[in-house]
Amino acid sequence: MAAIEILGLEKTYMVGFWRKRPKRALKPMHLSIENGEIFGFLGPNGAGKTTTLKMLMGLVFPTAGTARILGKDWTDPEVKAQIGFLPEQPYFYDYLTAHELLDYYGQLSGVPSGVRKHRIVDVLAQVGLNDIKGMQLRKFSKGMLQRVGIAQAILHNPKVVFFDEPMSGLDPLGRREVRDLIEQLKQEGKTVFFSTHILSDAEALCDRVAIIHQGELRGVGAVEELTSSVQGKVEVVWQGTQIPASMKALGAECHISGETVRATLPEAQQDAAIDALRRERLRLIALTPLRTSLEAYFVEKLQHSQTTAGTSA
Amino acid sequence: MNSRIVYIAANTFREAVRDRVLYNLIAFALLLSGAAIFVGQISIEIERLVVVNLGLAAVSLFGVVIAIFIGIGLVSKEIEKRTLYTVLSRPVRRWEFIVGKFFGLAATLVVNAFFMAIGVFAALLYVAHKFAAADAMILVALYFIILEFLIICSLALLFSSFSSPLLSAVFAFSLFVIGSFADDLRGFAAMTHGLTRWIATAAAYLVPNFSTLNVISSVAHQHPVGGQLILQNTLYAVFYTVMALSGAVLIFERRNLK
Repeated sequence: MAAIEILGLEKTYMVGFWRKRPKRALKPMHLSIENGEIFGFLGPNGAGKTTTLKMLMGLVFPTAGTARILGKDWTDPEVKAQIGFLPEQPYFYDYLTAHELLDYYGQLSGVPSGVRKHRIVDVLAQVGLNDIKGMQLRKFSKGMLQRVGIAQAILHNPKVVFFDEPMSGLDPLGRREVRDLIEQLKQEGKTVFFSTHILSDAEALCDRVAIIHQGELRGVGAVEELTSSVQGKVEVVWQGTQIPASMKALGAECHISGETVRATLPEAQQDAAIDALRRERLRLIALTPLRTSLEAYFVEKLQHSQTTAGTSA
Repeated sequence: MNSRIVYIAANTFREAVRDRVLYNLIAFALLLSGAAIFVGQISIEIERLVVVNLGLAAVSLFGVVIAIFIGIGLVSKEIEKRTLYTVLSRPVRRWEFIVGKFFGLAATLVVNAFFMAIGVFAALLYVAHKFAAADAMILVALYFIILEFLIICSLALLFSSFSSPLLSAVFAFSLFVIGSFADDLRGFAAMTHGLTRWIATAAAYLVPNFSTLNVISSVAHQHPVGGQLILQNTLYAVFYTVMALSGAVLIFERRNLK
């Protein structure tokens, strides 16, 4: 069973003084996220990521379409008890302490009082917030608030977790910790749906990603699938400081760096390249197929959509 | 009562209590009660009248200011600061949020009124040296003031559910002023004709009738307040509050939280 099914959700806002001019924030979207998956929702600022998340959380009403979470209608309160949500740049009641805030959210999520107290201590430790008892949230740094945000999202042990830009505001160490936490959530069998524009995070974490731009899905797939739409090239590395003429004849682009040479050449030439190195008695160190990075794929998709938009205009 | 409403109300109460502006307002109201004692002392023979009049007026005015001041931000501040996102993404229905907020603010105002009333009774005891049987009517006046707070509270929430805090404050305060002269408005409507009469009558019945809830002067003169008026005012306040809250819920249920 899919954990999240987005069935044609779309959103058009009416803008202008008389609210008569339509502005499409999200074109009809169809997306299915499997149970236990870490799913990355990628796109530049203003692409429609937050609008999609807000619709799934019931904060914004769709113009059309529906969604199912854990097999049930997404507006069902029972479903909401099973999901956790971290909004982008979260802000909380600053007159409360983190413990009071989590206690309040625990009450609203129906966590029994006996369990709540221990659970609060556990999740705060899990997000690396210790020794903050009695400290009001108004005194928290941006990074600490982000951690509180993550804590409140996982407090009630939800089955599906939605994070909107979870690494935002965190230092490199904090980002690493959140990545570990997301991995841990996956190991616990939870489904994680997170939006980000930091592609390295998505590449490192996600089982699958979707790319959204100008309110439209531009691509969905496993990171390996998307990035192995290989350029059709391989990189050959050998020990030495010389480039054999036979290698140049194969059309290789070579770079000498210290005691090694790196050559990029068409995949079809890889056997010929190995033969050439053998003939010259050069030691082969590595032969790697060149994969498109997620970033390259992402940029290509965005450029393609801009070109298409330009042409159609 | 639904437990989620209780949790939201308790959190709203805690927010208001921890808000320093609230303490300033209470201090100011107590100061006014002190002023009532002073004015009472220089008002020979009518000390009691002056203390009850000024004291209850202070309780009413500052309670209304607190109700408007906090009420207008109850929803809009939560949207603006995005604190609402993490509440409504839980199994909380939008109407529960509005009703919880209302009860939280109402509880805050009742507690404030209680402390300010202690100030009024202390001032009265100071100038009159003892309580008279007729002073029990002060409790009725306080009860009516609390009913007034409930209406203002629900109106502030209604405006807060669709407009900015500034506009909400203007709307709520304007309605409070107009409502305080509701009897005069009805009198004016009776004197006019045609379309003007129709509009004035509609306006007179639409705005909250705070005139009927104001028995401060009557109580200060130690006149009794009838049981029928108490029942009538209670039903009126409950009806008006429920209507305004229903309006707030209807608007908020349809609102996109962008």
